[in-house]
Amino acid sequence: MSERRIPVDLLVIGAGPAGLAAAISARESGVESIVVLEREDFQGGILRQCIHNGFGLHRFKVELTGPEYAQRDIDRARELELDIRTGVTVLDVTPDKVVTAISRDRGLEEFQAKAVVLAMGCRERPRGALAIPGTRCAGIYSAGTAQRFVNLEGYMPGRRVVILGSGDIGLIMARRMTLQGAKVLACVELMPYSSGLNRNIVQCLQDYDIPLLLSHTVTNIRGRERLEGVTVSRVDDSRRPIPGTEREFDCDTLLLSVGLIPENELSLSAGVKLSPATSGAEVDNTLQTSVPGIFACGNVLHVHDLVDHVSNESAVAGRAAAAYIKGKAWQGTIIPVRDGEGVRGSVPQRINLPDAAVDFSVNLMFRPAQVYRNHYVVVRADDRPLSVRKSMILTPGEMAVVPMSAELLEKCRGAKSVTVEIREDKPEAV
Amino acid sequence: MYDIIVIGAGVVGSAIAEHLSRYEGRFAVLERADDVAEGSSKANSGIVHAGYDAKPGTDKARLNTKGAQMMKQLCARLGVPYGQPGAMVLAFSEADRATIEKLYEQSLENGVEGCRVIEGAEALKMEPNLNPDVVCALHVPSSGLVSPYELTHALANSAAANGVEFRLETEVERIEPTETGWALHTNRGVYECRAFVNCAGVFGAKLHNQISDRKLNIIARRGQYYLLDHETPLRFSMTMFQVPTRMGKGVLISPTTHGNLLVGPTAEDIPDPLDTTTTSEGLADALAKARLTYPGLSVRSVITTFAGIRAHEEGGDFVIGAVPGAKDGAFEAIGIESPGLSAAPAIGEEMGTWAAYSLQLKRKADFVPYGPMPKSFSHMSNRERQEAYERDHEYGRIVCRCEMVTEAEIRRAIREPVGARNIDGVKRRTRAGMGRCQGGFCSPRVVQILCEELGMKPEEVTKFGGASRLLVGKLNEMQPEDK
Repeated sequence: MSERRIPVDLLVIGAGPAGLAAAISARESGVESIVVLEREDFQGGILRQCIHNGFGLHRFKVELTGPEYAQRDIDRARELELDIRTGVTVLDVTPDKVVTAISRDRGLEEFQAKAVVLAMGCRERPRGALAIPGTRCAGIYSAGTAQRFVNLEGYMPGRRVVILGSGDIGLIMARRMTLQGAKVLACVELMPYSSGLNRNIVQCLQDYDIPLLLSHTVTNIRGRERLEGVTVSRVDDSRRPIPGTEREFDCDTLLLSVGLIPENELSLSAGVKLSPATSGAEVDNTLQTSVPGIFACGNVLHVHDLVDHVSNESAVAGRAAAAYIKGKAWQGTIIPVRDGEGVRGSVPQRINLPDAAVDFSVNLMFRPAQVYRNHYVVVRADDRPLSVRKSMILTPGEMAVVPMSAELLEKCRGAKSVTVEIREDKPEAV
Repeated sequence: MYDIIVIGAGVVGSAIAEHLSRYEGRFAVLERADDVAEGSSKANSGIVHAGYDAKPGTDKARLNTKGAQMMKQLCARLGVPYGQPGAMVLAFSEADRATIEKLYEQSLENGVEGCRVIEGAEALKMEPNLNPDVVCALHVPSSGLVSPYELTHALANSAAANGVEFRLETEVERIEPTETGWALHTNRGVYECRAFVNCAGVFGAKLHNQISDRKLNIIARRGQYYLLDHETPLRFSMTMFQVPTRMGKGVLISPTTHGNLLVGPTAEDIPDPLDTTTTSEGLADALAKARLTYPGLSVRSVITTFAGIRAHEEGGDFVIGAVPGAKDGAFEAIGIESPGLSAAPAIGEEMGTWAAYSLQLKRKADFVPYGPMPKSFSHMSNRERQEAYERDHEYGRIVCRCEMVTEAEIRRAIREPVGARNIDGVKRRTRAGMGRCQGGFCSPRVVQILCEELGMKPEEVTKFGGASRLLVGKLNEMQPEDK
């Protein structure tokens, strides 16, 4: 280990879509000294294995595959001559922004950063966390692991497949496995609604006649060495299996798509306060965490459905980090953002309102608590409705986005809190 | 012709083999599974019991106390994770108080030092997350923790490094006396030896009854567990027992040597000794009982559930020594349920010495103790990490991010004398895949490393041997599923 720390203005952890977008926008905002550390051997993060299309519609107005989408940012980063180091795993981040990392090429290194962007992404909830009874045989994968085996390693994990959970990766893998000659018997979802995007239900299940069993779950796993079958049961309103509703599926593969969890181990070591609602950092509208100079964006902040949103959010973090480095960050009035009726996990959790006139806008993002049809998304400053938007459908599977213009933010001045809620009736906006 | 063959490569068989490797002679260990520590030794509570619990005068009591005293030094020599956080046995009613006092008396009789009965308030002061209804407790400061499979691997490596042959996937089906000793009939042919030690765990009675006139009955007793994620600080610093029942020591909550929290086990007698299935009833039972100790227990931080099997002999004591009614050279160490792990170092020394003495084997002049196993990367200081990297650059590549396991450690685990052959073997030797993502990220890379080290194809890699293959074939070469 070198005895002295390597000074750097901005250190970005992760070179997936979030880290790349943050580093690009920081450079475009004039930060020269930027190092991006990526533990994998390649840039692009999880997009590398997302070879299906559907990416980039919002941001580029064109439908791209995951690798194509990532390549646009990788190319831009190269144009900007960003210093992106792959094969480097960050071991520790301190509240003082000392970042310790190790790599095969350079051994242990310590960086002293002025600002840090956390962009580590998320991981999949494993079988163990669900405590599904049965054997612990081979043939049970989280959907993303199976996707990696198929799309990056070129190997099939199985032939007859049941999918538990209807998260997007599970839905995508239902189609992918089918196209590669496997038989997908069913997609089983505990909740009465899917947690995936509607377009994926249509394009990945319905188009291939794969049944979606809502309000069902896997209640037993059979097979001593390799998986031989699973039992699927209907669940009641409190999500408990109903005896007598068991159905047996003979399968050699069970894929799990039962939730993603932001990977915040490094955030915790940095002393960053996490939100129980998102499992990510609590941030303000500049995506600054509870630790000054440490920012978070992308799936490590909260799990997104669309990479376009990740990129846009991360660009904000990059700009904000640049402002922080240049001493241009402001500390204004803090107004907490609260989850109201029907709303879970609003980000940002607080608005940092400058004393000078507001010249930025912010996207409030959250997940609806359940499925709502023809409801209103209302943003209130204390009792005063600021923004009222009607929505045909709101579902937990699709993140809701409420743009807050500078004008609206200006109207928050003096408020004790801002609340986001879902209502059936229409309040009058001020 | 072998001098001595050990049947079964659990912690007991491996401890005996390790002791035998100090003698001149030809030794082998025959194991039905494709790795060591694949039976009871891989899935138990990992407690080094101080010795207050066993009935005074039994082999259990004697070997428990002796083994627990040996354990710390043995683990230091082999580089096996060991800790001594202490334990409490908890009483939640005045009726239980009598049991606590009896256990205290037993601790004195069994020669366990430092135990005392404490009142509920003091127990709560030491463990604030404890159920406030606790009436009193036996505090056992010498209660320890060990990683049971890591201990077994280290013992097996030491034995193998000193010449003991390990024959995996070799199941002894029949034992017959011969003119010169014994013939062990296996699925891979006949092994002849002058003496053998039966350490076949749940299958021990089946072999015993073939050659002994004193029949035994070993019951497979299943225990289901929850493993919780690391947390700093842990909710309990000590092992929390409830008062023991006829079925065993009850449901405990305990830290592990790796900073997780373990909850379990249940106690269910089952007909199939290989049935490590978890059940919704069993898991619910473990949870409900554990909540008596820790009402705040949440399943949110559960990273996995599993079940292990204990070999319970109806007589209630270990069955140790020469096989009664059989000719010379037949030894056994079976019915080794709790506190078998704690007793294993003592059983290894005692049975190894007996078997070697029976053949008048001489001590080796050139015995080189194997180990200690190097410190794991995750436990190293940054200076140690850099030094490790300078020795071997593969320390610079983190494969398992959850448990911070490097490529160097995975390769070493495959290359060691009784090395990993599959995903679970790597997991138990290195902890890669043991963390909160349960191998989601690292398993593709572990498959690659296994292939590189062992010259396998990815589709040949298994989770734990046999038909437990991970992959069914290359893309576009797979036969389509029947329409």
